[in-house]
Amino acid sequence: MIRYIRRAAACCLLLLVALLVNAARVQVLQADALDADPANRRTTLARYGQPRGDILVEGDAVTGSKDTGQPLRYERTYTDGPLYAPITGYASQVYGTTLVEAAEDPVLSGTSPLLKPLWGGLTRKRQRGGDAVTTIRAGVQRAAYRGLAGRRGAVAALEPGTGRILALVSSPSYDPGRLSGTGRAVKGAWAALNADPDQPMLDRAIRQTYPPGSAFKIVTAAAALDAGAVTDVDAPTTTPDPYVLPGTTTALPNEADGCGKASLAYAVVVSCNSVMAHLGVKVGLPGILEAVGRFGFNDTRLRIPSGVARSNFDRKMGPDQLALSSIGQFDTTATPLQMAMVAAAVANGGELKYPYLVERTTTARGTTVAQNGPRTYRQAMNPTTAAQLQRLMVDVVEKGTGTNAAIPGAKVGGKTGTAQNGVGNRGHPYAWFISWAQAADAGQPAVAVAVVVEDAEANRADISGGGDAAPIAKAVMEAALAE
Amino acid sequence: MTAPTAADVPPPVPRLAKRRGVELSLLVCAVLVSVYGYAGVGLAKSGAVPPDATRHGAGLGLLALLAHLAVRKRAPHADPLLLPIAVLLNGLGLVLIHRLDLETPHSGAAATQLVWSTIGVGLFTAVVLALRDHRVLQRYAYLSAASALALMAVPIPFPAVNGAKIWIRAGGLSFQPGEFAKILFAVFFAGYLAANRHALAYTGRRVWRLQLPTGRVLGPIVAIWLLSVGLLVLERDLGTSLLFFGLFVIMLYVATGRTGWIAVGLLLAAAGAAAVGSLEPHVHSRVQDWLHPFASIEAGQGPGQLAQSLFAFAAGGMLGTGLGAGHSILIGFAAKSDFILATAGEELGLAGLTAVFLLYALLVARGYHAALALSDPFGRLLAVGLASILALQVFVIAGGVTGLIPLTGMAMPFLAQGGSSVVTNWVIVALLIRVSDSARTPRPAVESDAITPVRTGSR
Repeated sequence: MIRYIRRAAACCLLLLVALLVNAARVQVLQADALDADPANRRTTLARYGQPRGDILVEGDAVTGSKDTGQPLRYERTYTDGPLYAPITGYASQVYGTTLVEAAEDPVLSGTSPLLKPLWGGLTRKRQRGGDAVTTIRAGVQRAAYRGLAGRRGAVAALEPGTGRILALVSSPSYDPGRLSGTGRAVKGAWAALNADPDQPMLDRAIRQTYPPGSAFKIVTAAAALDAGAVTDVDAPTTTPDPYVLPGTTTALPNEADGCGKASLAYAVVVSCNSVMAHLGVKVGLPGILEAVGRFGFNDTRLRIPSGVARSNFDRKMGPDQLALSSIGQFDTTATPLQMAMVAAAVANGGELKYPYLVERTTTARGTTVAQNGPRTYRQAMNPTTAAQLQRLMVDVVEKGTGTNAAIPGAKVGGKTGTAQNGVGNRGHPYAWFISWAQAADAGQPAVAVAVVVEDAEANRADISGGGDAAPIAKAVMEAALAE
Repeated sequence: MTAPTAADVPPPVPRLAKRRGVELSLLVCAVLVSVYGYAGVGLAKSGAVPPDATRHGAGLGLLALLAHLAVRKRAPHADPLLLPIAVLLNGLGLVLIHRLDLETPHSGAAATQLVWSTIGVGLFTAVVLALRDHRVLQRYAYLSAASALALMAVPIPFPAVNGAKIWIRAGGLSFQPGEFAKILFAVFFAGYLAANRHALAYTGRRVWRLQLPTGRVLGPIVAIWLLSVGLLVLERDLGTSLLFFGLFVIMLYVATGRTGWIAVGLLLAAAGAAAVGSLEPHVHSRVQDWLHPFASIEAGQGPGQLAQSLFAFAAGGMLGTGLGAGHSILIGFAAKSDFILATAGEELGLAGLTAVFLLYALLVARGYHAALALSDPFGRLLAVGLASILALQVFVIAGGVTGLIPLTGMAMPFLAQGGSSVVTNWVIVALLIRVSDSARTPRPAVESDAITPVRTGSR
């Protein structure tokens, strides 16, 4: 009997070995696949099982975490939610994350390998969420938000010398905190926000493109000067008034007087359509495309770190379309951030810095884990061109269409724009103003701004970049110059 | 080896130390590990050691001490590993159930389990104290079979719970009488086979290479086994059917040494499983779940129990999330009973799971070890039977929740929530203590064969 007892025991041992091998298969070999299964709620539970790291503006958290005691335990809270929504985005249990909440999610939620200590590979323990320190300046952000005062529009402000983004405002805005949590209120808020015709969740500063109108003339002027189509900004050009679009019988009208054979300087200061359209045609499509590319147009991969919508300048056009595109019409569209980059390139001597919104990410204890610094995007134009354009932009503010942006005691350059909108131009035009400002005692400009106002309430005749957008840009520049 | 010269030569039984001190120190360790786990759960869930951790430890310690004193008094030569392993597994089970209680408010499953554990240890003590010699049981082989059948028939008038009619409910407590029947069946098989194994092995007609015993010898055992399995199928308790079948085949093999029995048993099991698996809807769905654990996810209905269980094991990985830090409660209502192992797998990891499996393996191995050291066939078969019950239970349920075999409801011995299960397992350990005491007592046990009324033989 001994023999058979031993064999039966061996049989039991075999069963045990089968159990162990199978357990190892599930817990080691298949573990990653099972962990990654979308039906496995553990990832979600772990994600909300600890407070999320914060997004900081000038050292203060503009976000927070609230312990709800629910299975998805910590909910995101926002201080000044509507003010910072175009920067933070939302972090919702139900609807996911957007903007910085999305771009820096690995750090904020604690999954980033950067947060792990050296020996962290051994344990599967989740780290505490780290923080994202933004480049935003609260004063500049507030000035832009107050300036728009709930009107539909956006503001983007940059530090020209570094590319740091000082303000990103989209209006009207919303409180991302309404999307935190799992309750019925969240679903209701989501439905209401999506149904709102004002599109409050649209980040107009980086995700919406508008026809830039006359503000685009700075780009055309830079292209013309760099390409040698104009050698002396003050010399008269050969453009007749009215200018007939090449290959058509359509005459391009001017709002301003005295545009016939006007110099480039005069054309920029009073915003002559005819001169700039003609210069664009003179430079030619390849030259213009080359120039707009240096400013960031047609770049689909621009990240700040949130993705920025592509600003468009068509690659295939006839001369008449090129003429319209050169004054920011036809299919030319730009984000407010893109137009702030144009102003910044001029202000910074032609060198365009890559815009960035997150200064650095840190662990929960404040140790830096990743850092962003100034990077050159492209040399957008020659330094001499930049210097000439700076002078012209200053003239716009001192004696042209942008006098509303003048700041006593500071050097301010600007360019207005009023873009036609809608089928047959029946929609209300968009008012643009791009500008930069330099304190009298400073070595370089402190800020470059782009403002767009799509005010549906205003009388069409009243809308112009100088009237609506320039005062907002002025307030933003004043806030940036303060300190 | 030199031949002994004296006439009063001592029997060739190896002298074994009693090792009661070893047992006591292992018991202290087992209780400490349980208390450590209990404190760990508290630390993970609320950031503080639960204030009743000492009381919890004292309670468990008191039970262990009671059992230890009983063993010290009446089974001083018993295997010193059996009791500490049982205490450790029971203590760990209480920790896991308590940990899951925290996720399900207004649930006092751990407290109930503690009451049942106390009853179990009480029965353990009673068996160790009252049963002086395991061979007494051989007299009651047929009585055991009758009581087992009666116990299994009891739940038939009661309503089905989760598809199986195996519970009786009275005064808020539910009990599974079938659990206890498995001990009685082990006793019956051991008694019957010990008496008839030669007849089974060497008489009857020979068909090809298989020796078919006469109907007179095989009849009773097959009849009783069929009755039991028939009852189980009526009650849809397939896990226990599988267990009885496995137990029957193993004990028949050990008694007769006929490998043919294993082959026939496996063939019958396969045929039966195939038939039941395709005909019975309850079982059919279990087989489908096993083959396609993620089908319900693809169907958009969310993960089923087995998928959730696999997620839990995967989340544990090598080292586990730590007690209290897992999410095995996602498994749902059976998390504390059939799927308790998933919590162990998630929070203790493969390392902890391996340790748990090894504890069971050690328990089974010590049972087999006692069987090898015993000299009476009944005791040997009883020890093999009891050890095999544990081994088969662990395999059936652990294999089920880890996706190795189709899931059939069964309790993980000592770990899972379930009063009848924990009480029964304590009685099994008591019987193993009893037989191991006989096996290790330094005196020949052969003479006392005379007290058994049924015919026995020894190889």
